Amino acid sequence: MSLLHWAILAPFIMAVFVPFLRKKAASIHTGWFVLILPVVLFSTFLQYFPVTMNNGSVSETAAWIPSLGIDFTAYVDGLSLLFVLLITGIGALVVLYSIFYLSKTKESLHHFYVYLLMFMGAMLGVVLSDNVITLYMFWEFTSISSFLLIAYWYDRDRSRYGALKSMLITVFGGLMMLGGFLVLSIMGNTFSIRELAAQAPELNDHPLFLLAMILVLLGAFTKSAQFPFYIWLPDAMEAPTPVSAYLHSATMVKAGIYLVARFSPIFAFSGYWFWIVGAVGLFTMAWASFNAVKQTDLKGILAFSTVSQLGLIMSLLGIGAASLHFDALDDNIYTAAVIAAVFHLINHATFKGSLFMVVGIIDHETGTRDIRKLGGLMSLMPITFTLSVIGAFSMAGLPPFNGFLSKEMFLLSMIQLMELNLFNVESWALLFPVLAWVGSVFTFIYSMMIVFKVFTGKFQPEKLDKKPHEAPLGMLISPIVLALLVVVFGLFPNLLSYSLIQPAAAAIVPSIIPPGEQLYVNIYFWHGITPELLMTIGVIIVGLLLYKWLPKWMGVYDYFPGKVTLNHFYNASLYAAERGSNSITNAYMTGFIRSYLVYIFAFFIAALGFTMWAKEAFTFDASAAAPINFYEVALVLVLIAATLTILFAKSRLTSIISLGAVGYTVSLFFVIFRAPDLALTQLVIETVSTALFLLCFYHLPKLSRHEERRRFQVGNAIIAAGVGMIVTLIGISAHSSKFFDSINAYYIENTYTKAGGENMVNVILVDFRGFDTLFEIAVLSVAALGIYGLIKLRLEKGGETNENE
Amino acid sequence: MEILMCIVAGLLFAAAVYLMLSKSLLRIIIGTGLLSHGTHLMLLTMGGLKTGAVPVLGENAASYTDPIPQALILTAIVISFGVTAVFLVIAYRAYQELGTDNMDQMRGMETDD
Repeated sequence: MSLLHWAILAPFIMAVFVPFLRKKAASIHTGWFVLILPVVLFSTFLQYFPVTMNNGSVSETAAWIPSLGIDFTAYVDGLSLLFVLLITGIGALVVLYSIFYLSKTKESLHHFYVYLLMFMGAMLGVVLSDNVITLYMFWEFTSISSFLLIAYWYDRDRSRYGALKSMLITVFGGLMMLGGFLVLSIMGNTFSIRELAAQAPELNDHPLFLLAMILVLLGAFTKSAQFPFYIWLPDAMEAPTPVSAYLHSATMVKAGIYLVARFSPIFAFSGYWFWIVGAVGLFTMAWASFNAVKQTDLKGILAFSTVSQLGLIMSLLGIGAASLHFDALDDNIYTAAVIAAVFHLINHATFKGSLFMVVGIIDHETGTRDIRKLGGLMSLMPITFTLSVIGAFSMAGLPPFNGFLSKEMFLLSMIQLMELNLFNVESWALLFPVLAWVGSVFTFIYSMMIVFKVFTGKFQPEKLDKKPHEAPLGMLISPIVLALLVVVFGLFPNLLSYSLIQPAAAAIVPSIIPPGEQLYVNIYFWHGITPELLMTIGVIIVGLLLYKWLPKWMGVYDYFPGKVTLNHFYNASLYAAERGSNSITNAYMTGFIRSYLVYIFAFFIAALGFTMWAKEAFTFDASAAAPINFYEVALVLVLIAATLTILFAKSRLTSIISLGAVGYTVSLFFVIFRAPDLALTQLVIETVSTALFLLCFYHLPKLSRHEERRRFQVGNAIIAAGVGMIVTLIGISAHSSKFFDSINAYYIENTYTKAGGENMVNVILVDFRGFDTLFEIAVLSVAALGIYGLIKLRLEKGGETNENE
Repeated sequence: MEILMCIVAGLLFAAAVYLMLSKSLLRIIIGTGLLSHGTHLMLLTMGGLKTGAVPVLGENAASYTDPIPQALILTAIVISFGVTAVFLVIAYRAYQELGTDNMDQMRGMETDD
């Protein structure tokens, strides 16, 4: 265990102490204690900068399950470090924000911070694991903590619905991903991602390659809310806003991006990867931004916008895979896509984080997030307004903010795709920039909606629950920090170039970088009049026009019928699954004891019969059998006769007496077969049981048999015959094939020397297996107590218990 | 002899299963009784029949029958007695409370809370 391991585990350890802190120091907001941790972790991880800036890496291994080759390997390279800094940095800001957002007195803070810390630790584990199994474990931890956080206000129906939805979809993806990991580990014979990446060329030709890739991508797409799995993210907005800012925009949903980036060295050479990741990402980007415009809830807009932006990053990663097919580093234009992906990842975390916090402030101060009720808040909340302008304009891709730079790079990458002559891109090439442009237009529109629908227009105080005013300073600190970053990264993007972006991008496409060299990253504003700049100008013009005429074309959305949406499909399939399983269960859980016994016996016959048939286990060998003499045949006949009498007896008394006859015959068999103890016991017990039966008979109704339907009788007879047949066959086979001698020699030798007795059966019972006998006595006493209770206890109507003598 | 006893045990099993699948509670209990008889005979048969003297050292015989199945069966006899007794009392009480010993009629009665 090294420092890295402890850093991953620290949030979990901290989570254990949070409830105590909440209890012991109730006067101080618990968030202040929690805040220390991400700040410390952030500064701890800063020391890895010198290593990763030169494309180096640090790896620490602790054995976890050595027998299975599963180690807890923590691995830091440029990509991991970028995510770690996002997780701890945004985490610190979110915790600070939550201190002012969540009331100290009204909310159960300890739950909130336990879940949040659990998430933070899990997320660190995901991005720092080199072992796919530990990665999977932490991955599911993020799903679980996300579930708990969405359902934080668990008394709301929508929260529970959203939590369940996100859980079902992301855990489904997680399981698929686990499958992919297992397939990969079978292919490469290792659980280590780095070792798998080292064998990438061989894996590429493996027949299971495509299967592994699709399974891993399912994990990434569900987590990162890509089409068609994105439907959980809008419903996840029921979580408290700090959670939405942290999990559902800045970090957790980017775990899918991380996964795609991390596995790029393994999969990216394949054309399928390029197509699937690129096309799904781009379509998600356009589709979600189109849908964001029709939302009326501010967080709904942000949710769809997050889906859209994640799609954008995803598509860049997919297109960046093309760079692997070009050797020369200098004029390899497709590495620009990878760099753009990393840059936009950082930018999105900053502007979307600040926007979520702004929306949280609006919600907190006005009591609503509905844009139809809001308006004219500019003069009342000037700071919030400024922050939202910075965030939204950056998201829309307007200068001088960081979003403009990465958006330009995105558009450039899409344009350059038209020059690519790989993977049959030619015929489709035009579609990429067109979709990207359309998506950007809608992105522009909803970004404008966030600013102008809320802060300009008519102020409608009568629709608000509270009297709006500017937020307290504490709540503003975090969004101000993020908004400052938006501006700083926008004006000085090269602050990031070689500190964060280059190392992360290099970790995504390591194979094209010669040792000792680095990717060339230089981000600047003015490229001259380029196609991408013209596209951005087009976006602004068309976006402004469409925004102006918004009410005129909103009717477009009505053309999408509610019946064919993915949400409808999700709800319907959930409903069908519940109904289906209910009816299946009701079909076999009939409440009739006969049905259950039929299942058991039918299974008995089928399982044993099939095994005997499949293994050809039946043998017949009578050579070792004892001779049969007259008495025994007579006893067998008596036994059979008594048994048949029970079956066909009309009266109850006859059957009870016949059962007694069977018992006594069995005890006579014991005599013949040299078992005097058994014979004695059987005689006594049989007498007592028959007496008990008769006693019971005295109380039960006279009628012995209930008329059964013929079909049932025949069925019962068949099952009964089957069971009897199987038992006989197994008995004969067991007798005919003795593979080893009995262990009874031990008892015969030791009965006298060790236990001082001569009757072997008795000595086994009371000495060698004394505990068995003890427990047998215990069983009898339990039975006796039960019988006593059943006879003495009377349940009165109305459910009260009392005793009647 | 062993083959014969296997068939007898199988017969007892078949009769027991047939009885247990019926509706009458008493017949089900009789079925469990038959089932344990069948099991005991089968167990004893598996140890080999009449292979030596009674398993008591005082006999001074050259060989003894296998004592292990006998010890097992002895335990089983006592336990099955306990089970039968509990079943019978349940049948008795069920009849007292519900007025029937028909399993189908007992199903889902109001008083089973």
